[in-house]
Amino acid sequence: MSRHSGSRALATYAIAVFAFLYFPIVVLIVYSFNGPGVGGFPPHDLTLRWYAMLAGDRAIWSSVANSIMVALCAVVVALGFGIPAALALDRASFPGKSLFRRLVLLPLILPGIITGLSLLMLLVALNIKLSLLTIMLGHGTALISVATTEVFAGLENAERAQEEASLDLGATYWQTFWRVTLPNLKLSIIGAALLIFTLSIDEIAVSFFLIGRDNTLPLEIWSRLRRGITPEINAISTIIFLFSLGMILLWYYLRTRGSRTVQVVFADSNLAEPLMGAVMEER
Amino acid sequence: MFSRAYQAAITVPPLLWVGVFLLAPYGLLFCYSFWAVSPAQTIVRDWNLNNYRELLHVPVYFEVLLRSMRIAASVSALTLLLGYPLAYYVSFHAGARKHLLYQLVIIPLWVSYLVRAYAWKTILGTEGVLNTVLQYFHIVRSPLEFLLYSPFAVVLTLTHIYTPFVFLPVYASLEHIPRPLVEASQDLGASPLETFWRVILPLSLPGAVAGATFAFVLSLGDFLAPLLLGGPSGIMISNVVVTLFGAAYNWPLGAAISLCMLMLVVTLLFLAERLEKRWSFG
Amino acid sequence: MQITAPGIAAESAHTQGAPALLSVKSVHKTFGKNAVLKGVSLDVAEGEFLTILGESGSGKTTLLRLIAGFEHPDSGEIWMGGDRLDTLPPFRRRVNTVFQQYALFPHLSVFDNVAFGLRVANVEKSEVRSRVEQALAMVKMSTFAAASPTKISGGQQQRVALARALVNRPRLLLLDEPLSALDANLRRQMQTELKSLQREIGVSFVFVTHDQHEAMAMSDRVALLRAGALEQVATPRDIYFRPATAYVAQFVGQTNLLRCEVRNGLVECGALKWPAALAPGKATLLLRPESIRLASALPARDAVRFSAVIRDQAFGGATELLQIECAGGPVLLARIPATGSLTGELEFEFLPADAVSVRDEEG
Repeated sequence: MSRHSGSRALATYAIAVFAFLYFPIVVLIVYSFNGPGVGGFPPHDLTLRWYAMLAGDRAIWSSVANSIMVALCAVVVALGFGIPAALALDRASFPGKSLFRRLVLLPLILPGIITGLSLLMLLVALNIKLSLLTIMLGHGTALISVATTEVFAGLENAERAQEEASLDLGATYWQTFWRVTLPNLKLSIIGAALLIFTLSIDEIAVSFFLIGRDNTLPLEIWSRLRRGITPEINAISTIIFLFSLGMILLWYYLRTRGSRTVQVVFADSNLAEPLMGAVMEER
Repeated sequence: MFSRAYQAAITVPPLLWVGVFLLAPYGLLFCYSFWAVSPAQTIVRDWNLNNYRELLHVPVYFEVLLRSMRIAASVSALTLLLGYPLAYYVSFHAGARKHLLYQLVIIPLWVSYLVRAYAWKTILGTEGVLNTVLQYFHIVRSPLEFLLYSPFAVVLTLTHIYTPFVFLPVYASLEHIPRPLVEASQDLGASPLETFWRVILPLSLPGAVAGATFAFVLSLGDFLAPLLLGGPSGIMISNVVVTLFGAAYNWPLGAAISLCMLMLVVTLLFLAERLEKRWSFG
Repeated sequence: MQITAPGIAAESAHTQGAPALLSVKSVHKTFGKNAVLKGVSLDVAEGEFLTILGESGSGKTTLLRLIAGFEHPDSGEIWMGGDRLDTLPPFRRRVNTVFQQYALFPHLSVFDNVAFGLRVANVEKSEVRSRVEQALAMVKMSTFAAASPTKISGGQQQRVALARALVNRPRLLLLDEPLSALDANLRRQMQTELKSLQREIGVSFVFVTHDQHEAMAMSDRVALLRAGALEQVATPRDIYFRPATAYVAQFVGQTNLLRCEVRNGLVECGALKWPAALAPGKATLLLRPESIRLASALPARDAVRFSAVIRDQAFGGATELLQIECAGGPVLLARIPATGSLTGELEFEFLPADAVSVRDEEG
């Protein structure tokens, strides 16, 4: 039956695409154990030498520390402004709301360098020196859109009726916010936090312009790359991959716990929705 | 239902932040694009249109922009070619393994962009995995040069990076198609292929448009892949901007180009949104 | 009085002698650990309106989907008109379905929705036009031809779904609880319309519902499905007056199920006693509430009379539903013509012939 051969061809194609998606990562991991380093085939002389070298590399680890610090701050800033922004888009009406909505989403799809260099201009105009703080500022600003989108999606799924019930039972707006709204958004917020953290760790485009003396991890790797490829980079890349894998498993685990329908959760992917143009309708 | 105080409390802080750190910087960008740089390497606030004139008349900028758009279009087409069938498979044919496969597509997204671009760099080089394998199996006799430091490498890398990005909205729109519609179509005599063509494809267009636009816009503004893998023939418009803010020190010109990119991106997104609205049903 | 045994397709006036259009032969279907259909066999005659009735989880939708082609039987066969049906994919069967939520294509107009099957079959343009217009006229939706399915009401969508299925001239039309989303009045109206439509066109309808009133009102025959097996297949009147089992009796209409002892030619149930020709031992008797009347001044010769206290009364428009309790006897439901509020102890009667013996597994 043609149906069978059709779907078999499709399955083969799907496998091929998956292979394409994972091939570089697999190569990276395999070659991080390769004796002679990058290149050459087949890989031989398996060794942990590069990981050992990595362990002793002070500059890398200080950049990792920097990155983590920046990422944590970015999470705080992005959520701190993103949660109210999502709430505002969901339930407040004010002049310029449509413009605000688009403005908040812009850094998500504009080339990162534009956000970076325009912030640079601002800092220069205000005569602020570049440092890790300016990077925190940049990441936070760029990633507010991620927080807003995730929380907004969570608000859409939440029940307005619960808040109304709370008010009906005598709680004030603030009490309702802390006791009902925020707990309902717990999963969205945690998901957003994980995503923001991961994106911040990997962020280059904005950081490029706002970097001071201290490097973040991607910029540290970047400066090494300009000097030439060292297999050490394979090792750190593998570690980054495993870390990302861990984060996404955590995100997946949290998302599927306590959400009404797993299917709905996955279909409402945070990154895709802004571009569907459908999610943030005028309210 | 919500008091004015509550509304003010949730509106004002983000509004302020966005105003100071997004609106003002874009505003500055706007202003800079009309200024000039003096020979002494200082910014002269001399309002003029020279930067824009330069963009239109100096061929190299236009060429680079054109090349960037070509690369972005190729990436857009390729990611759709890879991402759509993948999304269709996961949505309609994956059965019980659907969620697992979905996760498998998302995982590369979470892996550092730099790491993935770097991985391709190691694969495509003359000493890289691909060349050594090809030579090992005697498919070619000497390493292929065009693999790296070329637009080809940029397109390949960006396709790899953005295929999951395209997968997401396409998958979402496919998932939104109620399964009874597919059954109804078959019930009325349409084979699976006809059902795809007459029912599934039209209803998934908004997602495909969103994905393709996303891929195009992000590729257009990309600066890392061309820098790592593009070589001189693979320079894209963002690299030009970065240089103008760096060694070439011409912030006004850089701002002008950035503003053009901004306008282009916003226009494309606006058009895409209109298209999506027109093609979304029910 | 003949009681039809469950599981065997009953012969009715329609089908006696004529070959069946559709033959379902001992189909089994299991989902995971759930055996949803257990050896179901059913015949559908030409031009018949058959309803598959059952609670949710009884397997009725699965049976329908097997006939439509969206599921495959684990074992058993389905034949239509002398050809094997279950080996064909849905798009090759001369069977069309009206889906529960209509499944109209949102990206096509009403006209294009109805034309879908014809276009897929590459029917010539002018013929498409005339057949679609005819189909729309038949369901009274001609003025909506250019409308979008998302902009019309539920009842209207349902008509379009019907037209879309019928325009293809199927040999069999399947309807999966199509009226369940409509409000009560519209529902009743559609029941009448569907019934007359079916009579007019002469296509066999297989209708699935959990609503027994619907089943009784519309069908030539009813197949009652219980937990994956057919409990009884008979005409609505037979199902109502001659249920095969206690389950059928209780499923359709309200009933009093009397669990009695038969001794010395007498049936005893609490305080009630009357002569009946039944084997001694335990027996389960079905007594419809409308068979119990207020005792009349001139009693019929063999009427069973008794006193009972009125426990509850529900006004139902034309009738009252009384819950009455005999001293030392059963609690019964009685349906009498509307008569105003009643209290206290009153005399009632029923005819022994109305107490029908049924098979009862708890018997």
